[in-house]
Amino acid sequence: MTALQKKSHNPIAHLSDDDVATLGRELDAIREQMLASRGARDAAYIRKVIAAQRKLELASRGVLLFSLFPPAWVAGTVGLSISKILENMEIGHNVMHGQWDWMRDPKIHSTSWEWDNASPSDMWKHSHNQIHHTFTNVLGRDNDLGYGIMRVDEDQRWSAFYLGQPLWNFLNACLFEYGIAAYDLEIGKVAKGRKDKVLFKKQVRAVFDKIKKQATRDYLVHPILSGPSALSTLAANATANLVRNLWTHSVIMCGHFPSGVETFEKTSIDGETRGEWYLRQMLGAANISGGPLFHLMTGNLSFQIEHHLYPDLPSNRYSEMAPEVQELFERYGLTYTTGPFPKQLASAWAKVVRLSLPNDFFSDASAAVVAKPTALVAKVTRGASRRELPAAA
Amino acid sequence: MPATASSPVVLSDLGTRLRKRAIRLAELVATPLVPADYIDLVDPLRSGADLRGRVVEVRPETRDAVTLIIRPGRGWKTHTPGQYVRIGVDIDGVRQWRAYSLTSPLDHPGGCIAVTVKAIPDGTVSNHLVRRAQPGLVLQLDQAAGEFVLPAIHPTKVLFVTAGSGITPVMGILRNALDDLDDVVLVHSAPTEADVIFAGELRALATSGRLRFVERHTDVDGMLDTDELARLVPDLAERQTWACGPAGLLDALEQHFDGRGVADRLHTERFRPSVRLTGEGGTVTFSRALVTVEADGATPLLDAGEAAGVLMPSGCRMGICFGCVVPLRSGAVRDLRDGAVTTAAEGDGVLVQTCISAAAGGCDIDL
Repeated sequence: MTALQKKSHNPIAHLSDDDVATLGRELDAIREQMLASRGARDAAYIRKVIAAQRKLELASRGVLLFSLFPPAWVAGTVGLSISKILENMEIGHNVMHGQWDWMRDPKIHSTSWEWDNASPSDMWKHSHNQIHHTFTNVLGRDNDLGYGIMRVDEDQRWSAFYLGQPLWNFLNACLFEYGIAAYDLEIGKVAKGRKDKVLFKKQVRAVFDKIKKQATRDYLVHPILSGPSALSTLAANATANLVRNLWTHSVIMCGHFPSGVETFEKTSIDGETRGEWYLRQMLGAANISGGPLFHLMTGNLSFQIEHHLYPDLPSNRYSEMAPEVQELFERYGLTYTTGPFPKQLASAWAKVVRLSLPNDFFSDASAAVVAKPTALVAKVTRGASRRELPAAA
Repeated sequence: MPATASSPVVLSDLGTRLRKRAIRLAELVATPLVPADYIDLVDPLRSGADLRGRVVEVRPETRDAVTLIIRPGRGWKTHTPGQYVRIGVDIDGVRQWRAYSLTSPLDHPGGCIAVTVKAIPDGTVSNHLVRRAQPGLVLQLDQAAGEFVLPAIHPTKVLFVTAGSGITPVMGILRNALDDLDDVVLVHSAPTEADVIFAGELRALATSGRLRFVERHTDVDGMLDTDELARLVPDLAERQTWACGPAGLLDALEQHFDGRGVADRLHTERFRPSVRLTGEGGTVTFSRALVTVEADGATPLLDAGEAAGVLMPSGCRMGICFGCVVPLRSGAVRDLRDGAVTTAAEGDGVLVQTCISAAAGGCDIDL
């Protein structure tokens, strides 16, 4: 993709300022409608998911005490993998978004939640909720665009380092929880001297403390408790963490990297209105189609578009809001990017591979190369002077 | 025999150490949660858990009042008659806390406690409890609190003045201490005869001569004033008085006792007003920073705090990231997005997003 402001065909050129304002009001109305019906049913849902996840975890870890017995290993590993995925995605990610803060239950609250992940919740909330959700897909501001180790947009400058990005991406997928922790530490900023050193040291300590606790549990205490099954339990726990890492990484890749998702120039969000913010979220995310169980296992991030429009609304409602949101896309002539999981994942990976090479590597050069700074409608070209953007780091 | 004398000590010391080790191990196993998060799944009322209680019986009292018999968790530390307990109940998924006077005898069978709730107009919690509470309902509890209790040395002559649900703390006292009191007068007002909570029990006590019960039905008799009270209770000045009821009644009593220089003989209990006056803007207090500012109804608390130099946590400043969430100790704030008003009283633990909330009356922020 190329920053929307530089595209020869601008997908929002047909919308006037008034259209965008009306669109914003319509999206606000969908939000209000949901808020009016938010209540006991939703509270019961999240409590049920949390209770089910904890029981599944207890049962799986219990079974793994006898992991020397192969069927126990398989059942325990599958159960623990599912439990960890639910804990990270449908529960942790969404609770830390403040989706359940309205219940006023101090035990299910964004300010008190800690998750089964290497990144401490405070740090993750900052980099994810504040940076990524506020600056979604804005080049140079949203570090989720390639996590600082990959080039996922034609407008990110190419360097030889990116030749290896298919490998970097695969390694990041395997070690995703540590990748997130490193990413939340903003190591790139530290290298450039743009981060407070005292704060960085404090955060590094917090990350190591967290990793130590997590690793002690999965790789020391539970194996020891398993007695003769120690080694097989260790392998089971490592497998569950790997499965969780691969799954979450894949789902998240499908949220912003597949083709059809737009990016935005750094200055294009100066003075952005509510309607324009909504519009950017609509174009900056992609959904994944699937059944209810699939949506649950993605933490409803398969409704990435709805999640980006309403990051603080309960995840169980995204599927209910989706038809209305999709209808809005159609009415305003916008593309609702969605597709089955294999297709979206392949599309995201294809981009990672393609952009590991310079834009003009292939003879049928991408549109980005031939695209001249085109005169677009004033709104979207605001501040869009053509300039090189540093690769996000 | 030093060895035998010290061995129980050594054993108990060992026991403590083993227990600590076991707890530490459980913590290692449960991280990032705590062991209690898992144990709560099976035994939410156990000792050491956050205090909760389970409703075991709902007993109708009048057409709009019920008594909830609650079995508290093992962490419950009894109460002094006259005190109240704060109850947290989830209504439409939102946890709401209210205080209710305890009406049960201390030796209630099964270690249960009881509160008596009267539905008040537009009262979210009271109406929910009166109309919807069922046996099995689990409530959040706090330990009992309150100063509306008899002194250790009971006075010889006692007067209770109550109105409506104001009878509840007094019933708690009567059920526990009536045998120790020599001379008790109770003047109670309710709109009609049918609205008198505990009417049967009170009348029976009066019939058996245990107390003098003056029942007033305000629909017929009119509102009780202090002149009327002095007429009903000629030795009013000699009595230690406990009063509980609407603000108007208590204000009048305070004025009466003050005027006679015997303010120390009057003890009152006020129920928290359930309807809070909310206006445009108000005085915002950041209680830990010791900063107070006047904020209008359009200024986010975040801006108001920052302008006053308070170190406010902040994030996206548009209501999305929840990086600015802080506890609202008390008062009312308005959500600038939809005008919804959130209120809190001390201990509610209500958290608000300062970037999209403005003062709607006075409010106290825990920062």
